[in-house]
Amino acid sequence: MRTSSGRRHLPLHAILVVVGAVMAVPLLYAVLSGFKSTDELSRNPVGLPDSWVTSNYTDILGSGAFWRLVGNSTLIAVGTTVLVVAVAALSAFSFARFAFRGREVLFTLFTMGLMFPFAVAALPLFLLLRSMGLLDNPLGVILPQAAFGLPMTIIILRGFFREIPGELEEAATLDGCSSFGFFWRVLLPMARPALGTVSVLAVVTSWNNFFLPLLVFTEDTWWTIPIGVQQFQGQYSAQYARVFAYLVLAMVPALAFYSVAERQLVGGLTAGATKG
Amino acid sequence: MTSTFLPDKRTGPGLTPSPAAPGAGRGRARRRALHWLTALGFQIPALVLFGVLVLLPILFALYAAFFRWGGFGMPSDYIGADNFTRLFDDPVFLGDLWRCLVLVVLSLAVQLPFALAMAVLLNQKLRGRAFYRMLFFGPYILSEAITGVLFGMIFAPDDGLADQILGRIGLEGLGGEWFAEPSMVMATLFLVMTWKYFGFHMMLYLAGLQSIPRELTEAALIDGANAWQRFRSVTLPLLAPTLRISVFLSVIGSIQLFDLVWVTTAGGPDHHSETMAVTMFQYGFKRYQVGYASAISVVMFGISLVFALAYQRFVLRRDLQGATTTMRGDGK
Repeated sequence: MRTSSGRRHLPLHAILVVVGAVMAVPLLYAVLSGFKSTDELSRNPVGLPDSWVTSNYTDILGSGAFWRLVGNSTLIAVGTTVLVVAVAALSAFSFARFAFRGREVLFTLFTMGLMFPFAVAALPLFLLLRSMGLLDNPLGVILPQAAFGLPMTIIILRGFFREIPGELEEAATLDGCSSFGFFWRVLLPMARPALGTVSVLAVVTSWNNFFLPLLVFTEDTWWTIPIGVQQFQGQYSAQYARVFAYLVLAMVPALAFYSVAERQLVGGLTAGATKG
Repeated sequence: MTSTFLPDKRTGPGLTPSPAAPGAGRGRARRRALHWLTALGFQIPALVLFGVLVLLPILFALYAAFFRWGGFGMPSDYIGADNFTRLFDDPVFLGDLWRCLVLVVLSLAVQLPFALAMAVLLNQKLRGRAFYRMLFFGPYILSEAITGVLFGMIFAPDDGLADQILGRIGLEGLGGEWFAEPSMVMATLFLVMTWKYFGFHMMLYLAGLQSIPRELTEAALIDGANAWQRFRSVTLPLLAPTLRISVFLSVIGSIQLFDLVWVTTAGGPDHHSETMAVTMFQYGFKRYQVGYASAISVVMFGISLVFALAYQRFVLRRDLQGATTTMRGDGK
């Protein structure tokens, strides 16, 4: 295979270039359009900008509203991640290292959570959060996100915890370690790669969540980036160029995060989908 | 291989054994109880969180679906199965079911085979394959809201990029109103879904392809199998477990589709792109017919459940059989 010449691969490269163009053009188009004025965008929608207008981008970056969205999204993503990873780690530890009556029933209960669309629970969840006074409160998004993230996180962590040899636990017990001591001082430090994977998954899921913040945040105080994008488009629908600039800036954090955490993200998604 | 949604009967290595001390019955019983309480203690935070915020709402939807209820106070106007009979007379909801089926069929017939082809392509030693993998997968990590707004503008009639490009290459006839045209809206939506999601399935397949031992395809090559035969008889059967998971995720995704539709069309024009989740949202949050909206949730729940159980029973089960027969077939 390696000896085959580059020429043999030419048709394959042609396919990749075409598909790559279809994937990249919408993104490049958004970036370039953000550098045009709305007038120019309607005159010259496809080509490079005549003069590069930076005010669309700088206006948004100079406004507190955008940074507030970034701050809200960050706070909610971090809160969700810390909560779901902590709670799931305790549960996965118990599933992986204890034999106890009811374990399989309980584990099946959690895994069933993966099968059900969030939309099924959305309406009663909204009513529950309203009765708990959690509307327009970041906890109203953090707590349900953590709850819905539990199944996947528990499954991945349980798989990892089971691979740590039993001798380690025996040694720790002989040294006078309690169950929790073993979990806290031995297991968690060893599980850092797995914790990284599930954390990255939780951050991305929270960052992109649209449905739940849409229900919970009726006022703009706690809006996250996805809600902000939709609202901004509604507000400035005639100013195309500005909306494109806004979209591009809204994409940057997720893409930057992806570029630094690609390995954990892809590893986590494939592990979550294929390992039980 | 077990899938994430199957109950797992294996016991892991290094399990803390149930203490079966030889001592007196009472001491043993006490220690067992203690062991059980410790194990369960670690589960309490997860149980509380999951029970209150996942299970309770789902159970409550099952209850509320049998009432005429506006969402304030407790439901009291019990109407039996009326919400459900109304649902299956509602042309919008029947349309939702039909559109869900259309998206499932399109995903399985077009999107997943395309993802597989790209995975096979990028599994070869090609210049720039790391770049293409990243580019194809990239859209998956963008928010649906951002994707939706972006493509809403790209498919804007006349001014949008899509119509502009088609106009310049002399294919105006192919363009049009996209999201605004009843006959085109589902095709446009599917195009956007493919742009956003095929990279995810491609990544799953790539992981699956990389776990296939190179010796197997090489052995087939020596036996004189051509590229298609090698793919058809070696790669595809060994990739089957990954394919089955990917099909499952794709179907569940189609059943609950909301964000992308809500941002691009909100179900329009005239319900032509509405999904079950959008209809549920309209009734539950805009018209305050919470009992009726709950009935939609229950039907979504039922469809997911029936599909998941049937899929486990009839499709995923074959993974075991497949594994043994494949091994026998290869062991010549």
